[in-house]
Amino acid sequence: MLKTFKVGGIHPPENKLSAGAVVETLPLPEMVIIPVSQHIGAPAQIMVQKGDAVKVGTIIAKQTGFVSANIHSSVSGIVQKIEETFDTSGYRRKAIVINVDGDQWEDSIDQTTTLKTDIELSTSEIIQRISELGIVGLGGATFPTHVKLSIPSGKTAEILIINAVECEPYLTADHRLMLESPDEIMVGTTILMNALGVKKAVIGIEKNKPDAIAKLTETAKKYQGISVVPLKVKYPQGAEKQLIKAIFDREIPSGKLPIEVGAVVQNVGTAFAVYEAIQKNKPLIERIVTVTGKSVSKPSNFKVRIGTPVQKLIDHIGGLPKDTAKVVNGGPMMGKALRDLNVPVTKGTSGILILNKKLASRKEYVTCIRCGRCVTVCPMGLEPFLLMTHGELQMWGDAEKNHVMDCIECGSCSFTCPAHRPLLDYIRHGKSNVGKIMRNRK
Amino acid sequence: MSLIVLLSIITLCVIGVIAAVVLFYAAKKFKVYEDPRIDEVEALLPAANCGGCGFPGCRGFAEALVKADHISDMLCPVGGNETMKAIATVLGQDVKETVPMIAVVRCNGSTENRPKTSIFQGAKNCSIAHSLYIGETDCSYGCLGYGECVEACKFDAMYMDEKTGLPVIIEENCVACGACVKACPRSIIEMRKKGPKSRRIYVSCVSCDKGAIAKKACDVACIACGKCVKACPHDAITIENNLAYIDFNKCKLCRKCVDVCPTHAIVELNFPPKKITEDKETTSSIIENI
Amino acid sequence: MNRKLIISPSPHVKGTDSVPSIMYGVVFSLLPALGIAIYFFGISALIVTLTAIGACVIFEFLIQKYLIKGKVTIFNGSAIITGLLLAFNVPSSIPIWMIIVGSLVAIGIGKMSFGGLGANPFNPALVGRVFMLISFPVNMTSFPANRFAQIDGFSGATPLSIAKGALKSGEPMSDIFDKVGNSLNHFVGNMEGSLGEISALFILLGGLYMLYRGIITWHIPVSIFLTVFIFAGSMHLINPEQYMPAMFHILTGGLFLGAIYMATDMVTSPMSTKAMLIYGVGIGALTMIIRTWGAYPEGISFAILIMNAFVPLMNRYIKPKRFGEEVKNG
Repeated sequence: MLKTFKVGGIHPPENKLSAGAVVETLPLPEMVIIPVSQHIGAPAQIMVQKGDAVKVGTIIAKQTGFVSANIHSSVSGIVQKIEETFDTSGYRRKAIVINVDGDQWEDSIDQTTTLKTDIELSTSEIIQRISELGIVGLGGATFPTHVKLSIPSGKTAEILIINAVECEPYLTADHRLMLESPDEIMVGTTILMNALGVKKAVIGIEKNKPDAIAKLTETAKKYQGISVVPLKVKYPQGAEKQLIKAIFDREIPSGKLPIEVGAVVQNVGTAFAVYEAIQKNKPLIERIVTVTGKSVSKPSNFKVRIGTPVQKLIDHIGGLPKDTAKVVNGGPMMGKALRDLNVPVTKGTSGILILNKKLASRKEYVTCIRCGRCVTVCPMGLEPFLLMTHGELQMWGDAEKNHVMDCIECGSCSFTCPAHRPLLDYIRHGKSNVGKIMRNRK
Repeated sequence: MSLIVLLSIITLCVIGVIAAVVLFYAAKKFKVYEDPRIDEVEALLPAANCGGCGFPGCRGFAEALVKADHISDMLCPVGGNETMKAIATVLGQDVKETVPMIAVVRCNGSTENRPKTSIFQGAKNCSIAHSLYIGETDCSYGCLGYGECVEACKFDAMYMDEKTGLPVIIEENCVACGACVKACPRSIIEMRKKGPKSRRIYVSCVSCDKGAIAKKACDVACIACGKCVKACPHDAITIENNLAYIDFNKCKLCRKCVDVCPTHAIVELNFPPKKITEDKETTSSIIENI
Repeated sequence: MNRKLIISPSPHVKGTDSVPSIMYGVVFSLLPALGIAIYFFGISALIVTLTAIGACVIFEFLIQKYLIKGKVTIFNGSAIITGLLLAFNVPSSIPIWMIIVGSLVAIGIGKMSFGGLGANPFNPALVGRVFMLISFPVNMTSFPANRFAQIDGFSGATPLSIAKGALKSGEPMSDIFDKVGNSLNHFVGNMEGSLGEISALFILLGGLYMLYRGIITWHIPVSIFLTVFIFAGSMHLINPEQYMPAMFHILTGGLFLGAIYMATDMVTSPMSTKAMLIYGVGIGALTMIIRTWGAYPEGISFAILIMNAFVPLMNRYIKPKRFGEEVKNG
């Protein structure tokens, strides 16, 4: 039997429409908007001024503090302005706007595509370089990679898990990457293993990508210590805790990090970015973005420069389909709906999903019929129906006692609720309030 | 037979006596002394348990009042001066005379003034909508319109106007308990001086966006042009973060600012109607001049 | 661009099940059992069932519209299920007015007085049934002979009550077996009993369909069956002359209907799987206690209602196992 996590989980329709579409490089936009906060942690500090000339790879914002990441220019051109632009929520955040002029790269970057397998750097140099080049987790959470690689004293990593699950429906960015750059991923994985000092790495892939499993299993034979594990298709297997449980059969204690059980999880896209950073000295300036949806005539995967407005991607596939009602940044389960298409692609954008009215509209919700499905599907073993009630009645103490903070916001409860109740909305509400109360207590 | 009846009666009597003795001693032994004035003070309070005083319910406030050395800083906003005076006589203390206050909704972004640019379909709850998106309009400061303030009001002093999508305060019912101020995640509602004959002037906008952006999102936004500041003879108006604010302690209700405001962001309440003066400058020209 | 985009928090996709789809799924799964009831008891079974459904839906409508003055939700199918299950729990010879009164109690007291669907602590159909059992004991316990009854002279009593009476008067076990008929007949439904409870086979089919659709889980029925099997089996082993065998208890009476349909009612059953198992064991044990030592020959209705009362308590104290829950040492 295939490995998977034990408690809860759902199986939403996969809809991997763009799985067969080869990654195309999107033409350069006329202008990019690069927000200074694209990662979890402190926003980066801006290093350029209006009118400065930048090249591809020029550092334009420096990390502030340990949990933060450098940001590099993804294009060459002139800094047009530094202003506050809409983020995905509609609130204003600082961003650097660059007018594109040609495509000049920094000299230090190796632009060739030849595979380079020899690793020359030492452990600390690797982490240093990853930090300098602004690599963050590309699965969606955008946690700075160098932080994850710096193991706190007293803990040791035993295993590196490469997250190639891509359990979100529709998205295929990781899938394509695995098919098109398997060797780079393996070298990236080896680099990460060196950085962590582990001898073993496991790549977890769900069974619905048999071609990727075959390809990577074949490639992995050439590299030491790397193996591929096919997993049962089940959402949210790509969540760190669930993936470790599935592959390593260890449970991260509530409120702790994966290193507690000796595991480090990195996304397969991150492994690729690490390869490019270490072997080619290339900062994180582009990523693969899936543009898909049922009404999209040609669902595609694009290699996109960070900062490209979403509108550009949509223009490239021939504009929004007529029946569009919702555009989601990310996958349908955890992505964020956009209210404006002029927001840029950031380091965490794994896909742009276009939903029609029927798929996008939420139905009126009715009273809870206590069917208990939310309890059954919750991968964290929580009771969503109860937590929603706590959120509605603002009973934060009870919410905390019922472990609202353990929620990973996977959305399985809202997905499955036959009464269409917005369970996760209220649980999130509870999380933010309980979090506030807990921080004040300290 | 009669013996059984007799025995039953005697047994019951004995049980009764024993129970009475136990109860008597229990009442003596476990008696908790409580200041009798707490009950007296509580009787004077409105028993609304609204929490406007900052204490858990009227009983909690009564306990705090009795315990406090000086009660001059404490106020029951619902009862107001009369209640506080009555309490002061019971406790033999002095109270400060306070000015009656009232809640004011500082947003005029009705569906007409502030067009919707997206449709929100999440849980209809202001806090949730606020934490996720700026709302259905382009203004990230204005009212979201899901009525969390109305739900918080325990005195039926608020309702949501279905046409404008904004909360409305029913002046007769508002007791200035401040529950709505706490409930609003965007701090739109403010406690202001009720004013003579309930007349008030205030800036009905909380947008800190720059003039052009604010105006684009909403027709009646404060664009921080500064005209009101110049017009005010009493130095009551200040501009901070692209937003004008009228200090209600300095305002003399002269209405000069209302006349000069190009976006009609300054609102007057309960004044007699007056002749309409024409706008000398158009809004757009002012925005360009900022 | 004038298009207004919809924004909402994640998730942006939704499962296909809704409250009506689940409710009508249950109704659909009950149709085979209704068919066999009509086959055995004739058209009167259909009349009773339709009356009960109609009465339940109408009462729910009237109460929601005029008494509560709230939203009318008769189309979500839950009142239909209540009516259907109530009819399944009465003899097909019941007078029509009685089933209407039963429907009123089921909907009015069992469901709406608590706030309607989702808020009722007790299974409404069972509230109606137990009310009728206590109010009209004669009509509720005299069963018409089914069309294929082979055991002359004993029509009008269920195998359970025959066995109970016979055991009390000390008849030898072999005679009792002759009277109650064999297990195959019980399984197919060729016995006396309430309208819908007779055929274990067809109820099982409906149950499997619900299991396939994900409407119920296996925990509650299986734990009830296992408990009854172990309880009755061990009693029979201890004294085969005084206690009926396990298969007899499982196949006769309302155990199948109760275990698969009444106990698994979403509203009144516990949320977590652990609690579901305890709930099932409780129902099984109580059923057997009432059947063996109680005044009534059948006990599943009472057992379910009693365990319903414990559900809120179970929901509060029996929590699902959390992911990463700290394991206590020692």
